[in-house]
Amino acid sequence: MLFRRPRLTVQQVHFIGNYSLVIIAVSGLFVGFVLGLQGYYTLNRYGSEEALGLLVALSLTRELGPVVTALLFAGRAGTSLTAEIGLMKAGEQIAAMEVMAVDPVRRVLAPRFLGGIIAMPVLAAVFSMVGIIGGWIVGVLLIGIDAGAFWSQMQDGVDVFDDVLNGVIKSVVFGVAVTLIALFEGWQCKPTPEGVSRATTRTVVAGSLVVLGLDFVLTALMFSN
Amino acid sequence: MSNHKIDVWVGLFVFLGIIALVFLALRAGNLSSFSFAETYSVQAKFDNIGGLKVRAPVKSAGVVVGRVSDIRFDDQTYQAIVTFNIDQAFEFPLDTSASILTSGLLGEQYIGLDAGGDDLMLASGDSITLTQSAIVLERLISQFLYGTAEQEGAAD
Repeated sequence: MLFRRPRLTVQQVHFIGNYSLVIIAVSGLFVGFVLGLQGYYTLNRYGSEEALGLLVALSLTRELGPVVTALLFAGRAGTSLTAEIGLMKAGEQIAAMEVMAVDPVRRVLAPRFLGGIIAMPVLAAVFSMVGIIGGWIVGVLLIGIDAGAFWSQMQDGVDVFDDVLNGVIKSVVFGVAVTLIALFEGWQCKPTPEGVSRATTRTVVAGSLVVLGLDFVLTALMFSN
Repeated sequence: MSNHKIDVWVGLFVFLGIIALVFLALRAGNLSSFSFAETYSVQAKFDNIGGLKVRAPVKSAGVVVGRVSDIRFDDQTYQAIVTFNIDQAFEFPLDTSASILTSGLLGEQYIGLDAGGDDLMLASGDSITLTQSAIVLERLISQFLYGTAEQEGAAD
């Protein structure tokens, strides 16, 4: 599917990914700001403000990056997928496709699924990067922590495979889960205005709960020695 | 929007994701200190390794020269056998001594190598015989407490 009709998948990456970039980047920046301020407040009690970089980077790459991105993704991209497919169904476009011998699973669902899986890890990585920059702005530029200690503590404590790669794996899993739920809810909704609105709501509720539940399972598997 | 424009924007989007991953790996993570250089492995036996962990650094004069690759327990001598890889670029004399040190007061533990004066150099599979165990804070405190108690007892 991806190889026979790459154009459709590229369009969906654009629709799901590019349009979500602004909300992801802005949220990441503010989450980084808040992590910087709150982390400094706590670390300052123990006289180890230099560990702020480590705290910000670890919380973002391990947890907040993938999880918050997935929650925003469910709200921003998941709802639009559900509503789009639900309205296609309500407008009998999907039935029309079947009449024309076009397989709607291949034509409608598969490109959106692949687009979601491609977009989600990219968005999570951007979220983590912007968040770390946000923590740097608050910690180094505003509060005045030593920049060298900020980055060197971070590099000392963040492992590429244990932390960064596991975060990427998490974001891929969340991308699969949220996109699947969004497509499923759109596909099986009642073809009425009320049915579409209910399906959209369920996408956000079920998507968020599944992300949080999966996150617990994945964290338990990945980070418990 | 034309297909060509969409291609460009999606390309930029994926490129941004790659930049973010490279940033996370190099700027936030430790990939830049990850060396793929040839190493040789050396063993050392310690009475007590304290909180030493696999992948802990091996330092000489404060510079990282290798990493701990394996920690096992020997039930014949009841000692810990620590295997670590040293970068091929650095050679150490055969009578080099290894000690488990702590960075900072309560920081993480690492192996410190102090070079000896032997003409022969350590090779792969050799073991270091001169070792010094980790200092366990509780033992240090209890020694100090017993010491002061003895002194006070002697003064009476």
